[in-house]
Amino acid sequence: MSAPAGQTVAAATRTDPYAPKGLSLTLESIGAILLALLWILPLAYAVWAAIHPAEFTTRFVLTAPLTLDNFTRAWAAAPFARYFLNTFVLVTMILAFQLVLGTLAAYALARQDFWGRDVAFALILAQLMIMPDALIVENYRTLAKVSLIDTIPAIALPYIASAFGIFLLRQTFKTVPKELDDAARVEGASPLQVLMKVYVPLAKPTYIAYGLVSVSYHWNNFLWPLLVTNSVESRPLTVGLQVFSSSDQGIDWAVICAATLMTSAPLLVGFLLFQRQFVQSFMRAGIK
Amino acid sequence: MNNRATATVHGWLLLLPAMACLVIFTHWPAVASFIESFHSTPKARRPARFVGLDNYEQLLADPIFWKAMSNNLWFALGTIPASIALALLMAVWVNDKIVGRTWVRMAFFTPTILPMIAVANIWLFFFTPQYGLLEQIVGFFGGRSTNWLGSQDTALSAITIVAIWKEAGFFMIFYLAALQALPPSLGEAAAIEGASRWTYFRRIQFPLLMPTTLFVLINAVINAFRMIDHIFVMTRGGPDNATTLLLFYIYQVGFSFWDTAYAATLTCVLLALLALVAFVQYGFLERRTHYR
Repeated sequence: MSAPAGQTVAAATRTDPYAPKGLSLTLESIGAILLALLWILPLAYAVWAAIHPAEFTTRFVLTAPLTLDNFTRAWAAAPFARYFLNTFVLVTMILAFQLVLGTLAAYALARQDFWGRDVAFALILAQLMIMPDALIVENYRTLAKVSLIDTIPAIALPYIASAFGIFLLRQTFKTVPKELDDAARVEGASPLQVLMKVYVPLAKPTYIAYGLVSVSYHWNNFLWPLLVTNSVESRPLTVGLQVFSSSDQGIDWAVICAATLMTSAPLLVGFLLFQRQFVQSFMRAGIK
Repeated sequence: MNNRATATVHGWLLLLPAMACLVIFTHWPAVASFIESFHSTPKARRPARFVGLDNYEQLLADPIFWKAMSNNLWFALGTIPASIALALLMAVWVNDKIVGRTWVRMAFFTPTILPMIAVANIWLFFFTPQYGLLEQIVGFFGGRSTNWLGSQDTALSAITIVAIWKEAGFFMIFYLAALQALPPSLGEAAAIEGASRWTYFRRIQFPLLMPTTLFVLINAVINAFRMIDHIFVMTRGGPDNATTLLLFYIYQVGFSFWDTAYAATLTCVLLALLALVAFVQYGFLERRTHYR
């Protein structure tokens, strides 16, 4: 991704002959801003409903008084602290395993020449298409057999070997110069040391990119956690929110919006802080 | 042991943890679904027995299955072209130096970050009859009141719109990356030839974006068969199965009716569909990896 410095300077001084100017710039800007407003509308509405008293949920008066009451009520209405903890444990557990398993497998696929490698790679890539979501019935049965239903590891297990992660890391490891590898070996490093001292540090950007994608995916995942959890102790935020908003206390949009914002807040704040890295990591993940 | 054998042992040892998980949670369940689709659902007093193609016959005669298939087809036809076209438009816009570019780019990308299950609640409010946001807007222009999610005619379209909103910003990122990777000299050369902005896009940019379009298209097809979070919140497949998609039906059959053998049969259909997509993707990935 990183272009040589000279090239960047050249690109900056170059002018794009098709850059919109004058009227077309205005029209293009207006179009983009209108579409952006439409895209942000659900979030904007959630903020509106969450910070105003319930009677203003459907009435948009600029002078409506502000309140944090909805957040307090939402927080009290469901064990959100527990859900946050569960989600945090879940995404950390998944990411840790994905990185370890992915690194080992990617290293083997990228730099070891051995019997059956291509078959193994094809078998791994199969998971890109057969997503775990399609196999809910069988996977549920497997986990029931080992009595793991309603535990956080049960939510994590089907995802800890990630074909996407292995593929991404394999591509990155392939770009590491072979000379570095050889040099480390001459110094007497074992294969595992070479991996830890040469490959892993050089692949740091890929690890960060993959980490962002994985955390946001599993923070938001719903179907599988819904199936394998049935108690407060193991439910992640997404399932907790759903249980909470479909309970029979009548639809209180203000409280639901407050709960929705709370649930998405960590990712949203993370996204606002690391916006550039987030977008670039998705870009990197896409083109490699 | 010779070198080759050592390498093989090393290689497979490194692969072992990941492979074991993949076999347990991907390969074996796929095979098991296939085997189970030829058996009956085990009951308390009667274990599963071989029933041949019975489950598949039931499937062919099941109106809800066909409804789910046609819904899924319409859902795919509704989401895929629209989200890809919007993604391309968004990418071209935020690639140009427009006013408020950073902010606009962020706005487009926000739905990707938000949990679908959370924002589905807000969309549910938008579609609520009488006082929902859409009703208020339609009412303001003097339109008739509609129960968007409660009517057979509009429920699937409403679900589709939410999916387009969720997907477009995500796909935009890939187009943006591809656009920025195009060498600027192409634009300069086209300008010297006197090509219009539209000609430049249609004859140069768009054809060069084809690999990205293919990549995005495959992702969009796969997503069309697995995006079901918002159905849980907004319609639960209703009204009268108008929004039941294939994966949601598998969930219903497997976990509401506990008919696991029939759920396995439906899973096989879904896997067959995905295998078809995989077939296309394999050729594509192969070409991509040979690029470097």
